[in-house]
Amino acid sequence: MAADLIFFALFLAGLTLLGMALGPWMARVFTGGVRFLAPIEAALYRAAGVTGQGQGWRAYAAAVLAFNAAGFVLLYLILRLQGFLPFNPQGFGAMEASQAFNTAVSFMTNTNWQSYGGETTVSHFSQMAGLTVQNFVSAATGIAVAVAVVRGLAARSVADLGNFWIDLTRATLYLLLPGAILITLVLVWQGMPQTLAGSVTATTLEGARQVIAQGPVASQAAIKMLGTNGGGFFNANAAHPYENATALTNLVQIYAILAIPAAFPFFFGHMVGDRRQGRAIFAAMSVMFVGVLLAAYFAEAAGNPLYAGLTDPGVGMEGKETRFGLAQTVLFVVATTVASCGAVNAMHDSLMALGGMIPLFNMLLGEIIYGGVGAGFYGMVLYVVLTVFIAGLMVGRTPEWLGKKIEPREMKLASLTLLVMPVGVLVLSALSILTGNAQGSVQDAGPHGLTELIYAYTSGTANNGSAFAGFGANTTWHNTMIGLAMLVGRWGYVIPVLAIAGGLAAKPRAPETAGTFPTHGLSFTVLLVVTILIVGALTFLPVLALGPIAEHVSIAAGQAF
Amino acid sequence: MIPQLRPALVMMGAFTVLLGLAYPLAMTGITQGTMPRQADGSLVTRGGTVVGSALIGQSFTRPGYLHPRPSATDPAYDAGSSTGSNLGPSSAALLAQVRDPATAGGPAPVPSVMATASASGLDPHITLRAALRQVDRIAAARGVPPADVEAAIRGAVTGPAFGFVGEPIVNVLGANLALDAPKG
Repeated sequence: MAADLIFFALFLAGLTLLGMALGPWMARVFTGGVRFLAPIEAALYRAAGVTGQGQGWRAYAAAVLAFNAAGFVLLYLILRLQGFLPFNPQGFGAMEASQAFNTAVSFMTNTNWQSYGGETTVSHFSQMAGLTVQNFVSAATGIAVAVAVVRGLAARSVADLGNFWIDLTRATLYLLLPGAILITLVLVWQGMPQTLAGSVTATTLEGARQVIAQGPVASQAAIKMLGTNGGGFFNANAAHPYENATALTNLVQIYAILAIPAAFPFFFGHMVGDRRQGRAIFAAMSVMFVGVLLAAYFAEAAGNPLYAGLTDPGVGMEGKETRFGLAQTVLFVVATTVASCGAVNAMHDSLMALGGMIPLFNMLLGEIIYGGVGAGFYGMVLYVVLTVFIAGLMVGRTPEWLGKKIEPREMKLASLTLLVMPVGVLVLSALSILTGNAQGSVQDAGPHGLTELIYAYTSGTANNGSAFAGFGANTTWHNTMIGLAMLVGRWGYVIPVLAIAGGLAAKPRAPETAGTFPTHGLSFTVLLVVTILIVGALTFLPVLALGPIAEHVSIAAGQAF
Repeated sequence: MIPQLRPALVMMGAFTVLLGLAYPLAMTGITQGTMPRQADGSLVTRGGTVVGSALIGQSFTRPGYLHPRPSATDPAYDAGSSTGSNLGPSSAALLAQVRDPATAGGPAPVPSVMATASASGLDPHITLRAALRQVDRIAAARGVPPADVEAAIRGAVTGPAFGFVGEPIVNVLGANLALDAPKG
């Protein structure tokens, strides 16, 4: 156990250094200081008619929506027409309509919920030209929105937030693409396939025929991690030995998930000219990360009392891979759900009752512990707005953040986003149960069945994409409803947070006075963490009590279902 | 939104060509050129035939071979359709499976990895402890000294990860290839 805890500590130290190094690089990229692909940029802007003129928040949001719409239509068409397109060695036909809708929304919103099995449904062309492209651009979209929000916070009395098309292009060319190329090379070196062949047929030592599915796995896996997308090439995702071959690929992929999200607070500190502001947010994220990591670790390490005396050790290896064991599995489970990644290196459905509650909890908070690329940071911005408002009420002063007054308009918009998770998770789950669509899809009886349903709608709304995969999500109802949950979960944050940023950008920056509540330092960090836990978690306590907590108590009493 | 349509369509098209075709095809070319063994899936050949991949588990049921974990794919170790069982911790079905000595691979307590299905259904490893419990059965079936069997198993050991995380593990196919290899 000591070795595992040391491993976690070293991991966190590495992540901090990575974030600190990447933050200033991002500041250079998004202020136009990095230009080594300037000719490509210029050609792209010319063809697209982009002048580089700044956009107010409405124009910025319109650009995001237009780009999402174009991406959705293109991906939907590719999935429906893949039977007629090249690079289809397995000869897959069209994806069914509701599943193609779900998948197109899923990849466009950076969710990568997969209601399909990759190696049995999707052609290589769809994987590359459809899914891989959205892995890049949905991530770049999230980054662009967060960059615009940071600009709004840093600006003084200006009307625009930057230009979406330029932010999108720079995030892709200078951040995601170089990172993905580097990660691809490391992953292939460690054994991940990268080929256009569909499969290889082997004759096993016992003389059986084994068809081994292959494909351009590494190029997709690299960006699926770096862009916190999570949609796997194979059905088993990063648990598949081809998609995660060794302890090193596991570690590299976890760092790839969290690198950009961990860099965002430092980027923010850099941009607003006060690094303490960024460090306070990073500290709040890290405190919560350590908390959920240890909670998940000890929940899994405690083992399953139902199996005491039957297996040795009692630690449940169901749904886990031998090469990852306990520590590397738990670290991945936590990393993929604090961020909006959703790749899995173990089957979350088979985690211990409380071990499976932690990923659910991470998503229900809105994925702000580091969070998805961009999405984690703008989610955190909303919590900071709430926190300074609450702090302002406590000391009896007009709340301010970075010298900007937080007024009723900001509070209304921030409060609106608090409704996104409850609506997507609780309302849509309840509708599924009332209409009888939940009962047929859950695999396990008892409280675990409820957790499977809640997990599916949480994963969709939080744009995560991981699953309690025993849940049969490929029905017309769930494909449609989870598709809607993903849309609400994406635009329900993007549009209000851009509106807040637009409003704040226009405000002057008041000088700090003795009465200003500082948004750095220990007391702010503590207040931020407490606000997140109370506001984010309390809503869902009843449903967690009926699902994973009830299951935990049942197991402790010796009850299986 | 209308003025944004042109950039949306042009950018989407340009990124599809750059990221959807140029990037994966370039990576395929580069890795096939520099690391063909890995890029083609780490295939293992014996006497000119492909017998599997070093990274992908395969089914072994004969007593003279080291046995892998149970697999949730149907049939077991179907490398064209990876999956786990997804059975939960309170699942009565899973509990019954583990209680049954026929599926759990021996009397209780069995090593956890030998009683449970992996996440992918294609786990190429078992723990060293689980492998060493099979030495006597393999030695008896092959009529060779247990020490030879143990040597074959230990030759296929990797880990602990990074030298200190978790426990040593055995590549099942690797150990079985060593068991089959003529003694030199």
